[in-house]
Amino acid sequence: MAEIIFTHSYLLLILPFLSFVVIAFGLARKYPSPAKLDKTLRCQDQTSTSQKTQKSAVDFDKGSKLPGQFAILMAALNVLYSLGLATAYYQHVLSRPELYPNRTLICFDLAWLNFSPGLTANMGIYLDPISMMMIVVITVISLLVNIYSIGYMKDDPGFGRFFALMSMFSFSMLGLVVSSNILQMFVFWELVGMSSYALIGFWYEKPTAVAASKKAFIVTRFADAFFLIGILLVSFLAKSFDFQTLNLPETAATLNQVILIGPVPVNLLTLATLLIFAGGWGKSAMFPLHIWLPDAMEGPTPVSSIIHSATMVVAGVFLTARMFPLFSEAVGTLAVVQFIGAFTAIFAAIIAITQRDIKRILAFSTLSQLGYMLFSLGAAKISLGGESGAGLNSLGYSAAMYHVFTHAFFKCMLFLGAGSLIHAVHSNDLMSMGGLKRLMPKTYWSLLAACLAIGGIFPFSGFWSKDAILLAALQSGHYITFGVGLVTGGLTAFYMFRFFFLAFHGEARSELHDVYEDPWMTFSIVALTIPTLGAGLLEHFFAGQVVASGLAYADHLAHPSWLPVIASLVGISGIALAWWLYGHGRTDKAEEWRQRFGPVYLLVQNKFYIDEIYLFITHRIIFQGIATPVKWFDRNIVDGAMNLCGWILHLGGKAVRLAQNGQLQFYLGVTVLGLAVLLFLGS
Amino acid sequence: MTLSHFVILSLMLCAVGVYGVLTRRNLIGILLSVEVILNGANLNFAAFAHFRASDPTAGAIFPIFVMAVSACEMAVALAIIISMYRRKKRLDVYSLEELNG
Repeated sequence: MAEIIFTHSYLLLILPFLSFVVIAFGLARKYPSPAKLDKTLRCQDQTSTSQKTQKSAVDFDKGSKLPGQFAILMAALNVLYSLGLATAYYQHVLSRPELYPNRTLICFDLAWLNFSPGLTANMGIYLDPISMMMIVVITVISLLVNIYSIGYMKDDPGFGRFFALMSMFSFSMLGLVVSSNILQMFVFWELVGMSSYALIGFWYEKPTAVAASKKAFIVTRFADAFFLIGILLVSFLAKSFDFQTLNLPETAATLNQVILIGPVPVNLLTLATLLIFAGGWGKSAMFPLHIWLPDAMEGPTPVSSIIHSATMVVAGVFLTARMFPLFSEAVGTLAVVQFIGAFTAIFAAIIAITQRDIKRILAFSTLSQLGYMLFSLGAAKISLGGESGAGLNSLGYSAAMYHVFTHAFFKCMLFLGAGSLIHAVHSNDLMSMGGLKRLMPKTYWSLLAACLAIGGIFPFSGFWSKDAILLAALQSGHYITFGVGLVTGGLTAFYMFRFFFLAFHGEARSELHDVYEDPWMTFSIVALTIPTLGAGLLEHFFAGQVVASGLAYADHLAHPSWLPVIASLVGISGIALAWWLYGHGRTDKAEEWRQRFGPVYLLVQNKFYIDEIYLFITHRIIFQGIATPVKWFDRNIVDGAMNLCGWILHLGGKAVRLAQNGQLQFYLGVTVLGLAVLLFLGS
Repeated sequence: MTLSHFVILSLMLCAVGVYGVLTRRNLIGILLSVEVILNGANLNFAAFAHFRASDPTAGAIFPIFVMAVSACEMAVALAIIISMYRRKKRLDVYSLEELNG
């Protein structure tokens, strides 16, 4: 049984791809959405009775949901398959460490590109604890988000297109996490970028959505260019693309050499790992490439929930984890990862406090949590080598992966809840919400669980994973990072409950019409409370099983019992502060504080003017300072030389044209004259 | 009557023809002048065949050949000229300059 599941594991990719093809080229065309149909019907029979129109609209309504239903069916099959695969993997690989010491199983490996003898890029399915975890997360969240989207997108003219693109995304994301080699990963990496681009710009009539999708694509492409250079560098030196080979200690030893680039000595291993990490830097939107993620919220909310919080943006964390053995050998790379992660965590958390757009709050919160994951990975390297000799702390790695797991569920739920709020209020603005507790009770209680989870309150899932991360930082001796993480935890609790109280408590701050909880949407939100509440049970599993294999780890590290208490106290004080300022759904107290901080508040609210700095650099320095002179040189010198040649030839042609005057006798005369000259010369 | 007389006569005919071709404005006049050039050449053939060749028949056949060909050519040229006249209602070569560059 398990054998069959493993050999047919390609079905994981085939099912969503099939869903994409069938919806995009079949269902979406055959069954237009109700909104689109409404328009055509109105145009077609103006005179017919409204009853008739309604009847046919109902008929089509049945058919028009088909793309969504088909996508759900395929996603549900995929969930079943992934759960089966996870069970088989647990029973046959994880339970038998004597057979699989690396906990790695390559289900199949197909030769894909033969570059030269000895260098082949394969297409394979690589199962290890982290890819298995990601497969389960992606399939489950994809199913729930698809269910949610039926409610969320039901009036949208692009209903079919939406589900086609969502299936495309599931396919690419699953392909990314199961990649057995780095080139395959790069291909799927670009595919998720493409899906993300298409879905951010889903409402392409809106200029802001188009601008946001372009921004996301350009920023991530910029980072991916470095990623590709890193891939080329590593595979050129290691003579292989396979992760298994790249993660061997021999590869690190081969790469670990210093060369001179100009006058600067560079360690190739550090350079290559940093270049590869640059890809994750862009995809996971770390400072200063974070600018695309808040803007990406222009897409539909289900897209934000699956792509820009739960799955795609953790690809950078996943990549770092996948190549962790190589990264851990490099001098300084993990320190960079840790520093960037910690900085982004606190930076984004500070910005999130001041935002008013609920999706932007969640976007900055995502950035902050991604920062947590990355600094946890960086903290897997014990500072100063540690006392026990081994320089690595396995908890840093497993805590990062654990946080990926818990964060995916609670952040997905927060986004879905935010989508419900937007649906109810028809606005993203926190200040026009309020008083929704009475109207949306199910959403209220579910989001309370999610907010408690992200705030790190016992016993919700976020408590366990954040605790593990802080513990890892403390154990590895990164005290500054630990402090940053602790403070960020308090800030996180504060801004999440600011969002929560302002949205649900107090009186409504705008006129609300027919607020109701759509059953499709509410189902997904409520279903996600299960992992949010229960993921804490998996703590020991993650700490024990989800570790990068083949590395020497320090054991018996201190486990201070005061840490969970402190972390909880910080979280609770954040919540208490939020309650004090916003608990009654009013903003007058907060307004006083805002006045007191004045310019600082303005600076933070404008996201530290990073976007403006980017605009300044690109427009003033790159466009005006570099591009304009280059353009002048191209237009005037390069084009000018070409134009001169053309002008000379043109002039010659004009002169020759004078001889062609169309007078027959002129031609004859010239012929006779020529003959005479020839005779004269011949004699 | 020596060869020189014939050659001079044929040269004169040829020169008259060329002059006509270059100066006549009427297409039919140009055609007649071309005939004059051809006749000058024919006379040259016959004269050389008579005075110099061991077997004069070849030299006598060539003018006949040329005459036959020029008769055909004349038919074609006249057809072209007539169709041009129908189109333009005039045969002045100065006015026919559509092919200028």
